[in-house]
Amino acid sequence: MTEIRWHSRAGQGAVSGAKGLGDVVATTGKEVQAFALYGSAKRGAALRAYNRIDDKPILNHAKFMNPDYVLVIDPALAFTDNITVNEDEKTKYIITTHLSKEELIAGIPELEGKEERVYILDCVQISLDTIGRSMPNAPMLGALVKISGMFELDYFLENMKRVLSKFPQKIIDANMDAINRAYNEVK
Amino acid sequence: MAEKFDLNEREVWDGNYAASQALRQADVDVVAAYPITPSTPIVENYGSYVANGYIDGEFIMVESEHAAMSGCIGASAAGGRVATATSSQGFALMAEVLYQASGMRLPIVLNVVNRALASPLNVSGDHSDMYLGRDSGWIQMDAFNAQEAYDLTLCAFKIGENHSVRLPVMVHQDGFTTSHTAQNTYPLTDEAAAKFVGKIVPVDDMLDFSRPVTYGAQTESDWHFEHKIKQHKAIMDSRPVIDEVYAEFEKLTGREYKRVESYNMEDADVAIVALGTTVETARIAAEELKSEGIKAGIVAIRCFRPFPFDQVREALKNVKCVSVLDRSSPAGAMGAFFNEVSAALYTTASRPLVTNFIYGLGGRDFSIEEAKRIFKEQQAHADAGHITTDIQQFSGLRGPYLGFFQTKRG
Repeated sequence: MTEIRWHSRAGQGAVSGAKGLGDVVATTGKEVQAFALYGSAKRGAALRAYNRIDDKPILNHAKFMNPDYVLVIDPALAFTDNITVNEDEKTKYIITTHLSKEELIAGIPELEGKEERVYILDCVQISLDTIGRSMPNAPMLGALVKISGMFELDYFLENMKRVLSKFPQKIIDANMDAINRAYNEVK
Repeated sequence: MAEKFDLNEREVWDGNYAASQALRQADVDVVAAYPITPSTPIVENYGSYVANGYIDGEFIMVESEHAAMSGCIGASAAGGRVATATSSQGFALMAEVLYQASGMRLPIVLNVVNRALASPLNVSGDHSDMYLGRDSGWIQMDAFNAQEAYDLTLCAFKIGENHSVRLPVMVHQDGFTTSHTAQNTYPLTDEAAAKFVGKIVPVDDMLDFSRPVTYGAQTESDWHFEHKIKQHKAIMDSRPVIDEVYAEFEKLTGREYKRVESYNMEDADVAIVALGTTVETARIAAEELKSEGIKAGIVAIRCFRPFPFDQVREALKNVKCVSVLDRSSPAGAMGAFFNEVSAALYTTASRPLVTNFIYGLGGRDFSIEEAKRIFKEQQAHADAGHITTDIQQFSGLRGPYLGFFQTKRG
């Protein structure tokens, strides 16, 4: 069982990201679950989305998890949301930021000593450059593919194209660029 | 002729989407709806299928849930296949008309995405609305995940429209935990689904002008009792039809449904009785407790109405201690579900110990660890030979300990 927790603001696409990831993962024959915790669902409110991935049907419907991956797609939430809650000693963090890893961790005491498990990239800038607006979910998927080694990049891109097939070609291409760049830039 | 809708053999659907696809495949003629969170997407999707030509049907926008069910009654009495969806306050506002629908024996299908009842206002899942419907004369089936919401919605038409049943049917799913959680779902092809559900053959349809009929007549003390008990008997007598429809569905899909589902009950000493997604979460706990030497099982009620009194007795007769989990505020009583299960168990020779947990109100999380804790507590009662805690307790409640009633009966 792989468990993933997304930290996002409503409107940044964490729910779509989690569902898109679920869609792609399911094509590999695995069982998936994608859900979100909404507060009062106003645009900009902090929310958490979740994925579970397993080889057998997923029966656990609890919101509680010890995530294997924590994906933070809003730069400020890394500081203001409790991103390390319910972590374990293997939890990996992928955080969108324009800071260096040292600068980031200096601002988040809970991440001190976990440098090996913290990965960064600037999903906001990548999406601005490729998609033309701040839509950090697609780049985060590219970063997750790289860090988790869950898929070959090409395989993921092919399947993601299918998930996005209802959108115009221009948008699909921009998302592919975003995923590609994130895959190469996450560190 | 409706447009072809592209479906994959394996989809990743949430419970709402799954239910709406079942409505499309069942070729529902009329949906009269007043959307409410978290069931909104079911009727919204049906509306988009109509607008985009994927179904030859009618979406009627109304001014309230009371009007939504009233519209469904009209369309169903006219002879159409009719469905809608609601939750919580919407369900509550529908309550009066639910009794009208069942009393007129109209086979309407209602998807109820379970949500807490205000006040305080809350959009998340619990079973308050489901319990509110329990005396309304509808068949009530409960899905524990998105796949089941799809499967049971297809079954619901076939059960309700059966001429020896002729009753409206609710299909319940947990708000958000099922309705907004995407999971692998395996739909039937449109052809297979249509063949399974079949075409509606209306009885006493009002659009048959050659044979005028009256719906919703008045009966006073001379006939009211007989009508209501005839209706009660019809619900009781729907049991074999439900079993037959489940059996036919299994033949088609390999997915087996029973009015009472049992998991790990073969040699169980302790059991949890539950509804909804909690059933599946508790199954993991039972499995994990094997290594600790605790024989734990789960009995889940698939068919809440007609209440499977006999099957509950059968499923639980060999356990030592049972905990019944109620996801609705009992407001001054033991949990209603606890009362029903206890009543069934009182008529068994073994009479296991029965405790009651109120849990999960307003979407409060229910974890595997909590299920384990409850199982272990039941084991302690079984070992002591009597209930060692209060009979009614609360799972996941913050604040000082709360509990009610004790017994030393062994």
